[in-house]
Amino acid sequence: MTTEPILTARGLVKRYGRVTALNSADFDLYPGEILAVIGDNGAGKSSLIKAISGAVTPDDGEILLEGKPVQFKSPMEARAAGIETVYQNLALSPALSIADNMFLGREIRKPGILGSWFRMLDRAAMEKRAREKLTELGLMTIQNIGQAVETLSGGQRQGVAVARAAAFGSRVVIMDEPTAALGVKESRRVLELILDVKRRGLPIVLISHNMPHVFEVADRIHIHRLGRRLTVINPKEYSMSDAVAFMTGAKAPPEAAAIAA
Amino acid sequence: MTDASADARRPQEFEKVLTGADTAVADFDTHTRSTLEKIQHFLHSNPAAVPLIVLVASVLVFGLIIGGKFFSAFSMTLILQQVAITGVIGAAQTLVILTAGIDLSVGAIMVLSSVVMGQFAFRYGLPPSIAILCGFAVGALCGWINGALVAYMKLPPFIVTLGMWQIVLASNFLYSANETIRAQDIETQAPILQFFGNNFRMGNAVFTYGVVAMVLLVAILWYVLNHTAWGRHVYAIGDDPDAAELSGVRVTRMLLSVYVLSGLICALGGWLLIGRIGSVSPTAGQFANIESITAVVIGGISLFGGRGSILGMLFGALIVGVFSLGLRLIGTDPQWTYLLIGVLIISAVAIDQWIRKVAG
Repeated sequence: MTTEPILTARGLVKRYGRVTALNSADFDLYPGEILAVIGDNGAGKSSLIKAISGAVTPDDGEILLEGKPVQFKSPMEARAAGIETVYQNLALSPALSIADNMFLGREIRKPGILGSWFRMLDRAAMEKRAREKLTELGLMTIQNIGQAVETLSGGQRQGVAVARAAAFGSRVVIMDEPTAALGVKESRRVLELILDVKRRGLPIVLISHNMPHVFEVADRIHIHRLGRRLTVINPKEYSMSDAVAFMTGAKAPPEAAAIAA
Repeated sequence: MTDASADARRPQEFEKVLTGADTAVADFDTHTRSTLEKIQHFLHSNPAAVPLIVLVASVLVFGLIIGGKFFSAFSMTLILQQVAITGVIGAAQTLVILTAGIDLSVGAIMVLSSVVMGQFAFRYGLPPSIAILCGFAVGALCGWINGALVAYMKLPPFIVTLGMWQIVLASNFLYSANETIRAQDIETQAPILQFFGNNFRMGNAVFTYGVVAMVLLVAILWYVLNHTAWGRHVYAIGDDPDAAELSGVRVTRMLLSVYVLSGLICALGGWLLIGRIGSVSPTAGQFANIESITAVVIGGISLFGGRGSILGMLFGALIVGVFSLGLRLIGTDPQWTYLLIGVLIISAVAIDQWIRKVAG
């Protein structure tokens, strides 16, 4: 890839007391790719992702979005910049409807006085857009978009969360363990969803422990170890056992050549 | 696993059988439900339905037993007058409970606000309308303290409001020096304090302004909770505050605004209280706390937050009113009222638990 990375991090440091979660970590995401981030427990994957998605502020280092330095103080600021995250716990409100959930925190109000004075929500418009998004991602046999999220199955909820990210993410979509809590069939559907999102041109950061899933969908694999990027490999050139060996330190990584990919 | 590159782009071995499987994972249609499940689903999406049914049934039962004396426009509107204050304080309580909190200080804030309204007018000679505004300011301040401790200090609402209940009630007695302002004095010098005691008649029906204010307040809050972003956020926070935060709801600011609004509504309750009893008394409204929580619980609003309708709270308050008046007209020992209300509270929570099982 010769294009400029869309999202870059250089020298990120994050300490929690005496624990160094991120030790001068680097990160690059190129347009239109699926970048998997793997690493052992405690390698600092979550801290890296949290720093990029605005959930934690790094102590040092810089993050560049399309070449411009950015500093996110909250997930909302990252969202405003076009970075959407699908959290492992999905961050859905079970009692609210599918449409309400998709528009939580960025509701559409009715035009005119009803909206500006009486703050009335434009339910029809939100439901229409929610339905469009779900249909685009092939998730629609929904009869009732007003039904509460808690009445959906795990895969359906994941679908709603992914649809929300795809609907609003204009630059980057981050997915944290999207298949961890799902059955075989539902995982398959979610992987297809991820590829659908990629086809629509959005780059995706995929955090996963599931090697088969990672090797199936990822274009490049970022291996995180001891708080920093160990290497980036091409899944076509290495096997899963290689990846596990790098990740756990059983084998030395290839030279930095792979990073440029 | 050694040669992953070859089959990296294909489904895994164990997934190959899936080609024959049903692909409709995200299919949202549901199996045919039994009648009981249908009822469960209906109640799940209409949380105010249970209290409404109980309300209508209890009115009918008491109407059949007692007859015209109960089933009259006068009695019906009398019930409304008796529950007006519970309805207003219950509205404040509803907002807090929807965020998965609880406000034990609502009654105390109401009384302190009413005392401030009265004392500011009589002790300092402020114009009564300014004194009323000061009462609202004190209510908002108490709510702000509750909200700041809950939202920023992350203290449990139960503890915060338990403490504030004592603090506010004690301030109320210390400040007022346990002194009551007589109804006649208010009537001659500051009639606006008794504004909500005024009434108008339609035939035999008597509506106080307090009743109208309570119904309007509940209607406005119903609109706000269901049709504005702020209202949806109240539910989202009660449901799962972490998810709400990650979805872009400013949880701390929202919580603070909920407690301040609750304090303001309690101050309105204090103004209604003066209208109801005529005088300003620091010992009035002792049961407002328990009555408001009772109305909320019987109204089917979940104490775990995020579920229920403010209309349910109004129906819950009316159910208590119907039982009190009905049993009084029958002439039973008033303890029967409390006994039956206790049964209603426990049944309401049991039904809430059953309805929640609809998920999945």
